[in-house]
Amino acid sequence: MKVTQISVFMENKNGRLAEITKLLASKNISLRAVTIADTADFGILRLIVKEPDRTRDVLLEAGFTARETDVLAVAMEDKPGALADVMELFEKNNVNIEYLYSILAGKGDKADIVFRVEDLERGQILLKQNGYDRPLDL
Amino acid sequence: MIWNAVRESEAPEKRRTRQLADLKDLVARLYNRVPFYKERFDAQGVKPSDIQSLEDIVKIPFTTKDDLRDTYPYGLLASGEEEIVEVHTSSGTTGTPVVDAYTQNDMDIWAEVMARCLMMAGAERGDVVQNGYGYGMFTGGLGVHYGAHNIGCNIIPVGGGNTERQLQLMRDFESTILTCTPSYSLYMTEVAKDMGLEMADLKLKSGIFGAEPWSDNMRREIEEKMCLTAYDIYGLTEIIGPGVSNECSEHNGLHINEDHFYPEIINPETGEVLPDGEKGELVFTTLTKTGTPILRYRTRDITWLERGECACGRNLVRMHRLLGRTDDMMIIRGVNVFPSQIENILMEIEETQPHYQIVIDRGQSHLDDVELRVEVEPKFFSDETKQLERISQKIATAMKNKLGVNLQIKLVEPKSIERSMGKAKRVIDKRTL
Repeated sequence: MKVTQISVFMENKNGRLAEITKLLASKNISLRAVTIADTADFGILRLIVKEPDRTRDVLLEAGFTARETDVLAVAMEDKPGALADVMELFEKNNVNIEYLYSILAGKGDKADIVFRVEDLERGQILLKQNGYDRPLDL
Repeated sequence: MIWNAVRESEAPEKRRTRQLADLKDLVARLYNRVPFYKERFDAQGVKPSDIQSLEDIVKIPFTTKDDLRDTYPYGLLASGEEEIVEVHTSSGTTGTPVVDAYTQNDMDIWAEVMARCLMMAGAERGDVVQNGYGYGMFTGGLGVHYGAHNIGCNIIPVGGGNTERQLQLMRDFESTILTCTPSYSLYMTEVAKDMGLEMADLKLKSGIFGAEPWSDNMRREIEEKMCLTAYDIYGLTEIIGPGVSNECSEHNGLHINEDHFYPEIINPETGEVLPDGEKGELVFTTLTKTGTPILRYRTRDITWLERGECACGRNLVRMHRLLGRTDDMMIIRGVNVFPSQIENILMEIEETQPHYQIVIDRGQSHLDDVELRVEVEPKFFSDETKQLERISQKIATAMKNKLGVNLQIKLVEPKSIERSMGKAKRVIDKRTL
């Protein structure tokens, strides 16, 4: 369900991502999801971690531009069509999705997908009503 | 050929005699008619009668661009308003525009000096002059136009832009002389290639290029690719527009039309006049204009002067091609831009910091590519790319609207632009000039 994502602004220059991952490693921060949205000029690194507040502080202290955003982590059956069901649910109820990505190595027969939706409250209620309310196991 | 051999090859003493007579007349006229100048003279305790030799010009206070702005629009008018027949202004991108108001006398001077310049670059009656400078308030287009008319050339008044059409006209009307910015001429060669047009098949013999800085390397490239001889032209709205000086066939500096525009080189720090051959700030006094003449105008351009007979037959004093500026003005695609303007625009955009860096390069297209690196304000950082792209777009639009140039915006991390202790390194100019 609702989890906190950390996003980090990155200029497109060599070694930037290496610096960030090295920093997180040195602070013993384990990544549960990592994805990059990139444009020609810059990238946004998005992370799901166990301790988002501490992670954010570590990044800010090191001079990075980072922020927290609430997103929805949805555990679904790891089988064909599971994502389609959730998408249909969102679509039918007019919950707009800004972006989505998957959590690393889903546990057991579940696959975890992170959704960034326009209307978080609405998305959350909808998921709960439809049985997608297992909390994310970080 | 020399347009006005009497003046352009005149014995130096004779020329100086006339320059002094014109200077005395000008000073008396401005003192009596323009309160701005009278106040300046009175404040310095200088009277028109103190000007008894050309050397006495040092007694006259300088005029600056700020003075021109402060007196906008007609504060420096030395003639009756009804005598003005044409007005030009600078683009005003750097604040209040600068006005040049021309009487018929001034229009005649403009057509005269521009005819001289064009002829220095080989123009004669029967030549087809394709004028790629912009027409309108900008002095470039019309200045060339009047000069070409004076000689009796056929003018193709195409103005700037529309490159394919430019090339078609050049081919179909067999243009022999092209006037435009140097970078635009190189861009034309790229378009010509795409059109399958061989520059060597065209009839161009001369190109008269100005309004932006360029180098001897660029001249060689232009001459090779355009199959013509390239000439440098210099002018500024404050003085008359184009026509202040031009290169002759010797390409050994630009002959200044000094019987109309009296040049001095000064130390920009002290204001002291420097001898010929020494590098400093170029200062002009318009000896003969009647609309908005100007005394000792500081151009902020850096060059040096050289006198003597030239193999072309003229002995008009020569200025070396511009060596730089005394201020931080940049010329981007022919538009004057100051870093302070960029800063002011950024201050009005809350999503950014006024920490920025400008990187100018002349890209593959030969036009100036300008990248403006701006720091994102952390509180506006978003996890969504479209929000950040919206900020980029907002900055680009503001720059385009207020400066008149397209800048590529690159958002960079906060605090990533170097904060130096002294003067911030705002501009990185990678153009090889």
